[in-house]
Amino acid sequence: MSIVRMVKGLIQILRAMGVTLKHLFTRPVTEQYPEEAVAVYPRFRARHDLRCDENGLERCVACGLCAAVCPSGAIFVEAGENDPDAPVSAGERYAKRYEINMTRCIFCGYCQDVCPTGAVELGHEFALADYGRDELLYSKERLLTPASPHVTVKQD
Amino acid sequence: MDWIDTLLIPIIKALIVIIGLLVAFAYMTLLERKLSGRFAQRLGPNRAGPFGLLQPISDAFKAIFKEEVIPSEVSKWIYVVCPGVAVAAAIIGFAVVPLGEPITLFGRTITLSMGDINLGLLFPIAVAGFGLYGIILGGWSSNNNFSMLGALRSSAQVLAYELPMGLALVSLAVVVGSLRMGDVVAAQAKVPLILLQPVGFLIYFISGMAEINRSPFDLPETENELVAGFATEYGGIKFAIYFMAEYINMIVMSFLVATLFLGGWHGPFDQFSPLIQIAWIVVKTLAVLFTFVWIRATLPRVRYDKWMKFGWKTMIPLALANLVVTAIVVVLLA
Repeated sequence: MSIVRMVKGLIQILRAMGVTLKHLFTRPVTEQYPEEAVAVYPRFRARHDLRCDENGLERCVACGLCAAVCPSGAIFVEAGENDPDAPVSAGERYAKRYEINMTRCIFCGYCQDVCPTGAVELGHEFALADYGRDELLYSKERLLTPASPHVTVKQD
Repeated sequence: MDWIDTLLIPIIKALIVIIGLLVAFAYMTLLERKLSGRFAQRLGPNRAGPFGLLQPISDAFKAIFKEEVIPSEVSKWIYVVCPGVAVAAAIIGFAVVPLGEPITLFGRTITLSMGDINLGLLFPIAVAGFGLYGIILGGWSSNNNFSMLGALRSSAQVLAYELPMGLALVSLAVVVGSLRMGDVVAAQAKVPLILLQPVGFLIYFISGMAEINRSPFDLPETENELVAGFATEYGGIKFAIYFMAEYINMIVMSFLVATLFLGGWHGPFDQFSPLIQIAWIVVKTLAVLFTFVWIRATLPRVRYDKWMKFGWKTMIPLALANLVVTAIVVVLLA
């Protein structure tokens, strides 16, 4: 190895060290998750929400399209006739049982896309870890309750 | 020379050195992780206490409670003792580093190094060879091909780079005129030796990095090459002790570079108090440690055959040339 090559090599190493040193003085890009809220896009797909309309009636009419389109077969819908005096939903039928198996859901959003009434929507709650498989079979009541995710929605 | 001079003071000094080095090792691991993170635009550990200051304690806690598996076919006694040998050699290497001028306490003059022997410059090289046994025997006693290969690689590497290191130190001795550490530091009262021996400094620094198996020369112990190299069969505390040996080697090497080339404990305002002298050498050591971490964060690992070739065919001729030029200049100027 000639002296020239050695000097050139040394200079290149010093230049590389300059690059690293420059990075030392930049702000770290780490997001401190539990303390800081995670920034997500508006269409970020996480836990499902079953929504109601302006009159307070549930939107879901138990058509079963979401269960049919779900690639993992995670949704189970059982329909019931709406009592005319005390309707639960705005149509003929309502969802007597509506369960989503969170251990099978892949959060693809097809159920949200196919729903004719806009009942199922995927919200931003992603902290879904739980202690048992039974707790991870979400019932209708749980899905009706809105979640308060620790996120900030990016405005783009 | 009564029993206090020969027994009590050395024991107290030894205890201070050992405890100091162990605490320094613990926080060196944290410093390295935080600095490596910052070089990569991320935060280092910051969960285990403010700024991660309790992280070394949590690491030690984890290592203690890990399951210690001793494989059945190992040579038991050697296997168990080897990490201790490696750490002992690392700590012993610190014995010749002078931290300041001799101080007077309770009417006795106490030198601020464990032993300012006549052959101070030879001592680190000898101890490095001794520490190598810890690695070779550890790799051999593990009864594992990869451990043995890692140990052999490490020994070949240390051997190859001890020669340029020794030659750089010889050039230093030619300039200073003595092998004693105290004389080397005294010779730097006006100007640090890095200015008189820039090539020698580079050679010593690079060989030092190779000696302590430090990136970019850390193939003997990389995670993705030979599993963990010579430490494959070690777990829990024993692995932590090997780790400790490497970091303490790094700290001692930084102290040596600071002492030999950067001026030791000299610095502005150092005539006022030995504490300022100690502060100066600590500052210089920290600068060298920062540079070690900086280099690790920058450079990729060197391929084994390339760095062997570099050591034997480039470093040794360079060190010899440095020695010849230094000797000629010293004779001409005398």
